[in-house]
Amino acid sequence: MSEKIYIFKKFERFWHWSQAGLIIFLMLTGFEIHGAYSNFGFEKAVGYHTIAAWSLVGLWVFAIFWHLTTGEWRQYIPTTEKVVAMVQYYLLGIFKNSPHPFRQTSLRKHNPLQRLAYLGVLLFISPLIWVTGWLYLFYDQWAAWGLGSLDLSLVATGHVIGAFLMLLFLIAHIYLITAGATLTSHLKAMITGWEEVH
Amino acid sequence: MKQGGIMLRKLFTATVAVFLMGSLVSGTAVAEVSVKLNTTADHTKFKELQQTFNSGPEVTKVCLSCHTEAAKQIHRTKHWTWEYLNPDSQQKLGKKNVLNNFCISVESNYAGCTACHVGYGWKDANFDFTKEESVDCLVCHDTTGLYQKPPGLAGNPVVGEPKELPPGSGKFIKPVDLTKVAQKVGKTSRDTCGACHFRGGGGDGVKHGDMDTSLAAPDAEVDIHMDAAGLDFTCGTCHKASSHDVPGSRYVPTAQDKGGAIIRGMTEKRNPATCVACHSNAPHKEADTKQAARLNHHANKVACQTCHIPSFARGGVPTKMSWDWSTAGKLDKDGKQFTINDEHGHAIYASHKGDFVLGQNVKPQYRWFNGEVTYTLLGDKIEKGNGGPVGINKINGSPNDGKSMIWPFKIMHGKQPYDPEYKNLVKPHTAGNDDTGYWKNLDWEKAVAAGMKNTGLPFSGKVDFIETEMYWPITHMVAPKDKAVGCAECHTKGGRLEGVEGVYLPGRDANPLIDKAGWILALLTLLGVLGHGALRIVTGRKH
Repeated sequence: MSEKIYIFKKFERFWHWSQAGLIIFLMLTGFEIHGAYSNFGFEKAVGYHTIAAWSLVGLWVFAIFWHLTTGEWRQYIPTTEKVVAMVQYYLLGIFKNSPHPFRQTSLRKHNPLQRLAYLGVLLFISPLIWVTGWLYLFYDQWAAWGLGSLDLSLVATGHVIGAFLMLLFLIAHIYLITAGATLTSHLKAMITGWEEVH
Repeated sequence: MKQGGIMLRKLFTATVAVFLMGSLVSGTAVAEVSVKLNTTADHTKFKELQQTFNSGPEVTKVCLSCHTEAAKQIHRTKHWTWEYLNPDSQQKLGKKNVLNNFCISVESNYAGCTACHVGYGWKDANFDFTKEESVDCLVCHDTTGLYQKPPGLAGNPVVGEPKELPPGSGKFIKPVDLTKVAQKVGKTSRDTCGACHFRGGGGDGVKHGDMDTSLAAPDAEVDIHMDAAGLDFTCGTCHKASSHDVPGSRYVPTAQDKGGAIIRGMTEKRNPATCVACHSNAPHKEADTKQAARLNHHANKVACQTCHIPSFARGGVPTKMSWDWSTAGKLDKDGKQFTINDEHGHAIYASHKGDFVLGQNVKPQYRWFNGEVTYTLLGDKIEKGNGGPVGINKINGSPNDGKSMIWPFKIMHGKQPYDPEYKNLVKPHTAGNDDTGYWKNLDWEKAVAAGMKNTGLPFSGKVDFIETEMYWPITHMVAPKDKAVGCAECHTKGGRLEGVEGVYLPGRDANPLIDKAGWILALLTLLGVLGHGALRIVTGRKH
């Protein structure tokens, strides 16, 4: 009835989970720096946030290299095929036990909505966070870089917008883990590499 | 046997003799070294100083017989003239001219106030500022701690016989042995500077908040530089005088110093008493703190004092935070003046002065400050209830002028007499054993009339009280570095820098619209997925 296919390779899984940990930690420390709540204390939160940010940069260097050399970057090319079907599935089909309209293969790991969402993260949220984050980090260099007239409140607000968007993504992402062939099939796939498909 | 006994005795005597000689020799050596280290002249050996002096000027004349230019040097300083022309605002300042919201003004109260003048005999407006022997050398160069100039004697010490002060009070002040003091002169010290500067405003710690007698021999917690068991700075270590001109920044504060550390041989004339003058513009080192670069960047906008003086009046001496003259004049049931003390024995009410609020370990208030200060002087028009208290002095500064830093201040609040018809502050005659001085007679109309008589300004005859405030930059009582203000004390809502505009402080500031939208969207997303999940459960999806 069901079969298993190998979807996520070892590096991919390592990348995913370490990135997930770093992003959640960056959110915790980031929202503390923003004054939303208090845990580590401002000074430590800034220190940890900076370390985590640089770690994520390091991780991304490897991830980008991996995606380019393996050709896996193609997984994020957007498609309009079955997008409507996916939306219909999440809005209606999922409640009626309709079959999942998308069938994963190792060449097409992500359903069309996933592709769009990840591409959005990649092209919009991440650049927003990275650009504002780096500017934030090198605030003391602005004058030397000829950016003396830049306003910190703009950069900081941009960074906060990025953080909120990432939070929205995270909430939806965590929920959609349960929307695979079975409640846990997506989760298992990202842990073992093997996805159960119908 | 007998011979042996004699030998032993000789040996013993010789040993004792050598031991005694040794200790004598070393004692002399220590004494000589200490004299050599401090000075090339032993003033006790000067014949001219081996005489009985009957007055301060007699001592000064002798000083000037060797130090021929000293008085002329003093004559050029603010310490002597009590006058200062602000080159930027052209305001005529100096103790002689300004008003404050403590004892209000010097004019008409000379004999009391000039106890802190570096001269003798300034008892009224006719004081001769050109007389060399009127310079008081001893008040700064005393090393005995015996020299004192009580208020009421126009800067003269008590000499000869004990003196009753104030007359009729039954309190006698012992005379000063001028010969002894003159023979023991030396460099200035925390005690000599402090004799006046610790007691500004008429008492210990009253005025500044960051200067009081706890700095005479402070520990490191009170002042890391003056720490008597550590660096042991005197005032002159930073305020290094040359030709009797003591540098500092009383009327034109150096709010921002971009000049870096002052290296020996530098000829450029700069205020040597700034933090930067020693510590440079990048004082935080990687070896001391992980955040060195970030903190050095803070130092472009934040004065060193803002973080490194977490609170003032830290040495156990309270400072006055507010002084309300309008409540003065109450008498007890016997019709006499009285004082009310707090639990530590410090006055919080006095019939002749009014109500005080005292403070210890006070967190400063913070403002953008570019060093420009304008005073409300005697003739300036003021209005009651017009946009808050009248600024006795107003500080200028803004986040964007390129000259301002965030500075810590003591803001002294006052309620003091003014003329409600001519609408100006007034200079009351307070001190003085006569029939108009307020402190004795408690009659405002008489006191203000007497005080205003020689100012050249009219007095309407009416006295009302007006709220005032005065800014005192905080710069002394630098704490050890581990006691500096932590990041979170400003980077938080409602922190130390609440209300300091023009700078985005992570942790304090946020775009409220973005925050609200962000959290609402996050909540909606959460509710959406929870609803979606719930619906999946209700509709009975198998897995």
